[in-house]
Amino acid sequence: MSFRTPLKQALGLGASHSGTSRWWAQRVSSVALVPLLIWLIIGIVRHGGADYTDAQAWLSSPITAVLTILTLVASFYHGALGMQVIVEDYVSHETVQLALVVLVKFAAMVLAVAGIFAVLLVALGG
Amino acid sequence: MAKFRLPANSRIQSGRHHPAPVGAKNVKVFKVYRWSPDQGGNPRLDTYEIDRDSCGSMVLDALIKIKNELDSTLTFRRSCREGVCGSCAMNIAGRNTLACTKPIDGIEGEIRVYPLPSLPVIKDLVPDMTHFYAQYASIKPWLQAKTPTPPNRERLQSREDRAKLDGLYECILCACCTTGCPSWWWNSKRYLGPAVLLQAQRWLADSRDEATGERLDDLEDSFKLYRCHTIMNCVEVCPKGLNPAQAIARIKGRLLVRG
Ligand code: SF4
Ligand code: SF4
Ligand code: FES
Repeated sequence: MSFRTPLKQALGLGASHSGTSRWWAQRVSSVALVPLLIWLIIGIVRHGGADYTDAQAWLSSPITAVLTILTLVASFYHGALGMQVIVEDYVSHETVQLALVVLVKFAAMVLAVAGIFAVLLVALGG
Repeated sequence: MAKFRLPANSRIQSGRHHPAPVGAKNVKVFKVYRWSPDQGGNPRLDTYEIDRDSCGSMVLDALIKIKNELDSTLTFRRSCREGVCGSCAMNIAGRNTLACTKPIDGIEGEIRVYPLPSLPVIKDLVPDMTHFYAQYASIKPWLQAKTPTPPNRERLQSREDRAKLDGLYECILCACCTTGCPSWWWNSKRYLGPAVLLQAQRWLADSRDEATGERLDDLEDSFKLYRCHTIMNCVEVCPKGLNPAQAIARIKGRLLVRG
């Protein structure tokens, strides 16, 4: 039995006074991803059958390396924000939701850093 | 988890059959959701065959005819019967709309009538709107001004400023949009939903209101406001032809400008 009024329940914990920057970051990163992904796909298609030396030569050029790293950062950043929204939408258990959001952010971070490391390894190494 | 299937006690079973009167030439079949707290059990879908030639043109006319002539136990809300009060909102042929402005003839085959989705059912087509109204109350839907009312006249508004309320003031709070919004289905405890957010924008857009900042403060929240993912069901169903999704986008725009 709950004697809480409907208004009390509707007000809940009140507004967090945040959310705008997260929502905006999602829009901005999606806009950034449009040219980046087009560029990356063209690059990959053009080096479709290339062997390692060719691919390495391509990736070693500063422009390619920088753009590839930017694509990785933007993708995982955008992906993590999107996954967070999905988790918040569908997982209503508060503790599980919190844990999953942390997991999503860690996973995105690990994958992004691993990707950047791989690009640097190929671009700078042999 | 969001629930994708009705709980066992809400699954619908087939119900009674009320055949058309003898000699009816133009029969229209209605399948209507029935549940009564007195009887309990699972909800059922009753079939009513209606003589279309002796029935008014709207779905509400058919429901009234059923109640008058076939089955007086059928319960639904209605008042104005002209799309002004919002009380006859229900799900007709798979869409939330007003029974009193929904023409029978526009719907092919049998017509299924359910209460508005995702709300607790009180009886038959009458859902419990308590939480919806409480969410509405939570946005303080009244004019808030610090400047005292002028002693000798109303608070004036220019024609241009008045025009900014067009597309907002017409909302009759029928809840067709809110109860058709998937985001509200999953998170109605915290997400305010399209109707209430459109109303919030109605007060944000009012040139006489002086609580814009406080209103925005109370809306900025990843659940109260930002659960809207522009799915657009709300625009699709609004029987008054309003655009809650656009109103919500305007609120987001204001918050962005404020930074
Ligand atoms: S916006 Fe339209 S559908 Fe939503 S409550 Fe208002 S009138 Fe009804
Ligand atoms: S646009 Fe927003 S409010 Fe409208 S149905 Fe979609 S999520 Fe709900
Ligand atoms: S009866 Fe008033 S809107 Fe339908």
